[in-house]
Amino acid sequence: MSTWDWQVFCKETTSGEVASTCFGKGGDITYLDWLLSAWGWTLSVSVLALVVALVFGSLMGILRTTPHRGLVLLGNAWTELFRNIPLLVQIFLWYHVVPALFPILRGVPSFILVVMGLGLFTSARISEQVRAGIQSLAGGQRMAGLAMGFSLPQTYRHVLLPMAYRIIIPPLTSESMNIIKNSSVAFAVSISELTLFALQAQEETSRGIEVYLAVTGLYFISAFAINRAALFIENRVRVPGMIGGGGH
Amino acid sequence: MLALDFAFFTPELISGYIVKGFIFSLQLTLVAMVGGIILGTLLALMRLSGRPWLVMPAAAYVNTMRSIPLVMVILWFFLLIPLVIGKPLGAETSAIITFTLFEAAYYSEIMRAGIQSISRGQVAAGYALGMSYRQTMGLIVLPQAFRNMLPVLLTQTIILFQDTSLVYAIGAYDLLKGFEIAGKNFNRPVETYLVAAVLYFIISFSLSMLVRKLQQRIAIVR
Repeated sequence: MSTWDWQVFCKETTSGEVASTCFGKGGDITYLDWLLSAWGWTLSVSVLALVVALVFGSLMGILRTTPHRGLVLLGNAWTELFRNIPLLVQIFLWYHVVPALFPILRGVPSFILVVMGLGLFTSARISEQVRAGIQSLAGGQRMAGLAMGFSLPQTYRHVLLPMAYRIIIPPLTSESMNIIKNSSVAFAVSISELTLFALQAQEETSRGIEVYLAVTGLYFISAFAINRAALFIENRVRVPGMIGGGGH
Repeated sequence: MLALDFAFFTPELISGYIVKGFIFSLQLTLVAMVGGIILGTLLALMRLSGRPWLVMPAAAYVNTMRSIPLVMVILWFFLLIPLVIGKPLGAETSAIITFTLFEAAYYSEIMRAGIQSISRGQVAAGYALGMSYRQTMGLIVLPQAFRNMLPVLLTQTIILFQDTSLVYAIGAYDLLKGFEIAGKNFNRPVETYLVAAVLYFIISFSLSMLVRKLQQRIAIVR
């Protein structure tokens, strides 16, 4: 096998010449510039998709625990729909099918479509976790809330959800790390994120191992950062007296 | 609103484009499932062996695989396998090797949980009867762990089936690819992607219903 050549990242993407600072000047970009911007796209897609997933996943998860049959059915149907179609197929649906069926969406940038696709796919998993979190609480909590004169939304807002969300922080953390990994399918609709960078830079430079190592490393770092952030949140919102809670 | 027209979905189209991809997707799923469960069980046994020289490589392998996006793993293997064996390899063969080794990491976590769910007394009983490690594991622990974890193993297999669509990254001809090429050739991408989604949904949904049924039956017996 050939030797390492990390200088490949300092090369300009058009001329192939090595830039002295490793960053491109005056409109030219090096592979390092490209790599960093691709990392930015990966993080943007992931974070925005996570927001979408948390909003829709929470809503659907809550609906599935309400006493209304129709709402439970809606939440269940949503979860089954988005869970049983492969992510890549869902991304293609958002990219090729949704704009064709709804002409209003024709001008929407593909970045937004991918965020919706990845977000709604993940919302199905989050809805499962939110449902499980709420159902893990003792039934008496809901009754106590209602007996205190809270309305059903108030019971959720002040009694059930604050506990349920704390309980499901660990699975939510791994789901957030999964979003970083799953954002890699965005390459299929030409979002210039890490995986697309890996494919194209590998082809252009023939330095596949160096390129893949850098990309893989950035995925590692991103997922690890999310993991640390979640641990920080988990520690901050701990409830004293619960298993894993602070003792004070 | 675009007028959808599914009239071009003739038996010729299905046998010409879809069946070939469908067979490969199924083949990939089954080989990766069987191979992944066998390798995964070995990895789980290594991790539970208590010997650092077995625990550490197994843990490193499982954790590495689980922290890299599957698409990148597919690309890595497609790049590395030819370098290792010294000759180019087809996308399909590369996909089968990749999925088997990748899924082994996920199956191993399931089998590890399954083995740990068996009470220590059972192992002690095996040894007390004079059984060797191999006999205790093979005749007492693994059959029960496998049975307890069967629903989870099958759920992972449904995820695996959905993930096979990611071989798109290296251009292997799977179910999704079949639909995509048909859509391009007949200039009907909207309809073909819709049918692909419906087909994947029907397969995954009915399998997950079956797993749910199985889960109830196993739960009662236990």
